[in-house]
Amino acid sequence: MFAVSAAVILLVTVLILVGIRPRLKARSELETPPWSKALMVGGGVIFPVVVLSVLWVLTLHDMSALSVPATSPALTVNVIGHQWWWEVRYPTQGVVTANDVHIPVGQPVRLNLTTADVNHSFWVPQLTAKTDMIAGRLNTMWLQADKPGVYRGQCAEYCGLQHANMIFYVVADARVAFARWMSQERQPPVQPSDPTLQQGQQAFVTSACTACHTIQGTTANGRVGPDLTHFGSRVSIGAGAVPNTAGNLGGWIIDSQSIKPGNIMPPIQVDARQLQALIQYLESLK
Amino acid sequence: MALTVDERLEELWEEEPGLGSVLSTVDHKSIGKHYIYTAFAFFLAGGVEALLMRTQLARPDLHLIGPEAFNELFSMHGITMIFFFVTPMLFGFGNYFVPLLIGARDMAFPRLNAFGYWIFLFAGLFMYSSFLIGRAPNDGWFNYVTLSNHQFTPALNIDYYTLGLVFLGISTTVGSINFIVTILKLRAPGMSLNRMPLFVWAILATSFSVVFALPSLTMANVMLELDRRAGFNFFNVAKGGDAILWQHLFWIFGHPDVYIIFLPAVGIVSSIVPVFSRRKIIGYLWLALATMTTAIIGFGVWVHHMFATGLPTLSMAFFSAASMLITIPSAIQIFAWLATIIAGKPVFKTPFLFVLGFLFVFVIGGVTGVMFAAVPFDQQITDSYFVVAHFHYVLFGGAVFPIFAAIYYWVPKMWGHLLHEGLGKLSFWLIFVGFNLTFFPMHILGLLGMPRRIYTYHAGLGWDGYNLAASIGSSVLALGILVVLVNFLLYGLRRGAPAGPDPWGGDSLEWATSSPPPAYNFVEIPKVQGTEPLWDQPELRDIGFRARDVEMTLAEGHDTMGTTVVDAEPESVLTMPEATYTPIVTAFGISVVFVGFLTLLLPIIVLGGVIAIGGMMAWLRPKELPE
Ligand code: HEC
Ligand code: HEM
Ligand SMILES: [Cu+2]
Repeated sequence: MFAVSAAVILLVTVLILVGIRPRLKARSELETPPWSKALMVGGGVIFPVVVLSVLWVLTLHDMSALSVPATSPALTVNVIGHQWWWEVRYPTQGVVTANDVHIPVGQPVRLNLTTADVNHSFWVPQLTAKTDMIAGRLNTMWLQADKPGVYRGQCAEYCGLQHANMIFYVVADARVAFARWMSQERQPPVQPSDPTLQQGQQAFVTSACTACHTIQGTTANGRVGPDLTHFGSRVSIGAGAVPNTAGNLGGWIIDSQSIKPGNIMPPIQVDARQLQALIQYLESLK
Repeated sequence: MALTVDERLEELWEEEPGLGSVLSTVDHKSIGKHYIYTAFAFFLAGGVEALLMRTQLARPDLHLIGPEAFNELFSMHGITMIFFFVTPMLFGFGNYFVPLLIGARDMAFPRLNAFGYWIFLFAGLFMYSSFLIGRAPNDGWFNYVTLSNHQFTPALNIDYYTLGLVFLGISTTVGSINFIVTILKLRAPGMSLNRMPLFVWAILATSFSVVFALPSLTMANVMLELDRRAGFNFFNVAKGGDAILWQHLFWIFGHPDVYIIFLPAVGIVSSIVPVFSRRKIIGYLWLALATMTTAIIGFGVWVHHMFATGLPTLSMAFFSAASMLITIPSAIQIFAWLATIIAGKPVFKTPFLFVLGFLFVFVIGGVTGVMFAAVPFDQQITDSYFVVAHFHYVLFGGAVFPIFAAIYYWVPKMWGHLLHEGLGKLSFWLIFVGFNLTFFPMHILGLLGMPRRIYTYHAGLGWDGYNLAASIGSSVLALGILVVLVNFLLYGLRRGAPAGPDPWGGDSLEWATSSPPPAYNFVEIPKVQGTEPLWDQPELRDIGFRARDVEMTLAEGHDTMGTTVVDAEPESVLTMPEATYTPIVTAFGISVVFVGFLTLLLPIIVLGGVIAIGGMMAWLRPKELPE
């Protein structure tokens, strides 16, 4: 398609240049050269009709090829858009996570796309075309990665203040690695035995965090923000706002508004010692 | 002592100079200039907004402009450019030149014309007043629900948008109706439909599109405002409303709107190409038909804005075909212009340079447009920077280049002074280079995965260099626009050499009268025999200032000639209204009503209603009948 486009642009450029070439001999004003009508009809009607018909047939072909995967997807993932993060659910496995979509390589995965609030759009430029998530509707698409790796995706339908930081990562694992990841996700995190971690857990469950976040195996079961059960294994904090490091996590908890202005999580007062424990605890949730 | 014909006409038509006449004028030429000044001011405002955005995006992770401000900037930039710059600017040229091109003395409804302008100005001020309270529209120029629902954007931002556009719609609608009637009924005798200048064809096609497309937008906005303010649930999914409905209603208007913008611009190109190629246009009839077909097919392609919303494959196939079809009339036009240029002996004055620039840029925009019609490709790049690149190639390339061409072409007629050629060429090259440097890299950014409407981005994604190039390009572009402005202020208004009636050797009637034309346009209403009256009928060359046929001077009263729709046979003599304050008063009353709706204060609504109705009554009061 790019070649055809480039050829068309080139053709017109050449004609413009022919048009503006210096003239040796002036033509009379009224004479209409016989080729001029032919140029208009040839260039303006015949040429586009031929090119466009071919393009249209190719489009239909691609469209039907893209609308169904080669083999029927074995895995289904529900992705739910929120202002401004992604909830990711594996319904058959009962796994809930956020902002990272793990998939096995080499096989198509079915995605059910919905939104909890305004419209969003799911787009992984390197893997697939985008599909909108529209209030009150379910859109489905399928996704396949042929090589293991981390593919960056981003919301592609303007959704308000932090549309720019509504990023996610598709993590494509080899089959074995994916199975390992999945079995780990299916279990609640082991109860901490280390005293610092215990203190961190205590800090979490006794603070406001529980109103908005869930950690399996604890009393925290809020659903406003991302599920944090396996937060430690996530690529980023705040849907791609910053990389997932202990330092960034501290900054996020104290004042996520300075990192991602306008996001739904309020700044939260935590005293310094508890904060350290909390950070360690959250990062230990692999 | 008896007056000569032109002195008599002067007495009948000239309006009192001064501030009073600025506010009360019904002369299409003054109103046209009002439109052009105002639209250009909005262009500068939209340009400043664009520069601020490009500054914020010049480097990754900048924090010069926060997310809320950025969102308001891109929304207001889009709204301004589409609704308050391009269309009014082209309407301004239309206002000024349609009556001149068809040999009439004014628009069919001069007071309605003035009214349309004042509504446009007040609607623009209304929209921009949102910045004063820091609540400018912030949901983009197409304002998708559910983000624009009360639930997600409770503040006034969106109410400014909905009310402002309904308000502006009054202006666009009356303006279009006025064009339609003027073009169909006031053409000079002999100017049958198949002899009408192509610019006039374009304005006619655009006006019909407006009349059919705009109600959809107005409806959508009224429905949204009812949702937001009165508890309706058209778009509220939780209560059984539908979120896609807005997208359909918006794009049923929105896509024809692209052609509403583009067609008059094309008309400008069709006027300029033959004059500077020094020969008749090739394929006049094809071009006229292409204009009308584009306007019609333009109504069948709106769904291509929604290919990613999960529509059935069959309907996507249909709309994909329609979207490809619409390129054919454009291709015909492009090749007709190319044929004319190649067969002619072109003269490279600034207006012609802008036309050549337009051809090049627009073809790129058109080609990328066809790519969108291919559904799979569209789903890949819609809402990415590729789209931003594409629509600037189409809108800036397709409409703004011709607008600059029109400025260089027609300003000498309007103000009587030639613009400076050197500055003109300089401005062209700055704009051409700046434009491509700004927008070409955006294609690549889109392919690299950069979505549109983001206020910042992280480093290390390979986007940095292209963004920097685009930001540098935008300053070059801005500089070019500044040169146009300086050229106009310095040379166009006073220093430029006197233009004389016909500086370019033009083919159409506006060049048969002095520059600027007298209030009555032509001493004598011309009788037209072909598509290029000034080239075919040398006797018409001075019809603006010399009377030969006293019958055709219509100097008995404040009159112009009415003719039949198709063949333009003389039919009636129409007496035109005099300058009056009733349009501005009525428009002001309506503005007050809209402020009342915005603030939800009943007394203000009532007050505005009283002023508007009072103004209308004074307007419609029958003139005393002669004894
Ligand atoms: C009012 C609800 C609310 C409260 C209370 C709250 N959060 Fe959040 N939290 C959110 C939301 C919403 C997000 C997603 C923000 C975004 O990315 O836009 C979030 C994101 C996070 C993230 C990043 C998750 C990810 O995968 O990107 C962490 C970690 C987090 N919160 C920890 C905490 C901790 C610790 C507390 C208590 C000290 C807390 N939150 C309290 C709503 C809340
Ligand atoms: C003067 C030079 C211009 C520059 C530098 C410029 C730049 C931009 C930029 C940076 C954006 C924001 C892209 C995004 O973040 O999504 C944008 C959006 C837009 N521009 Fe321009 N632009 C210019 C002129 C124009 C003109 C002349 C028009 C129309 C005729 C126009 C119409 C639009 C529209 C409709 C949008 C989309 C707004 C939205 O997303 O709601 N621009 N432009
Ligand atoms: Cu989003």
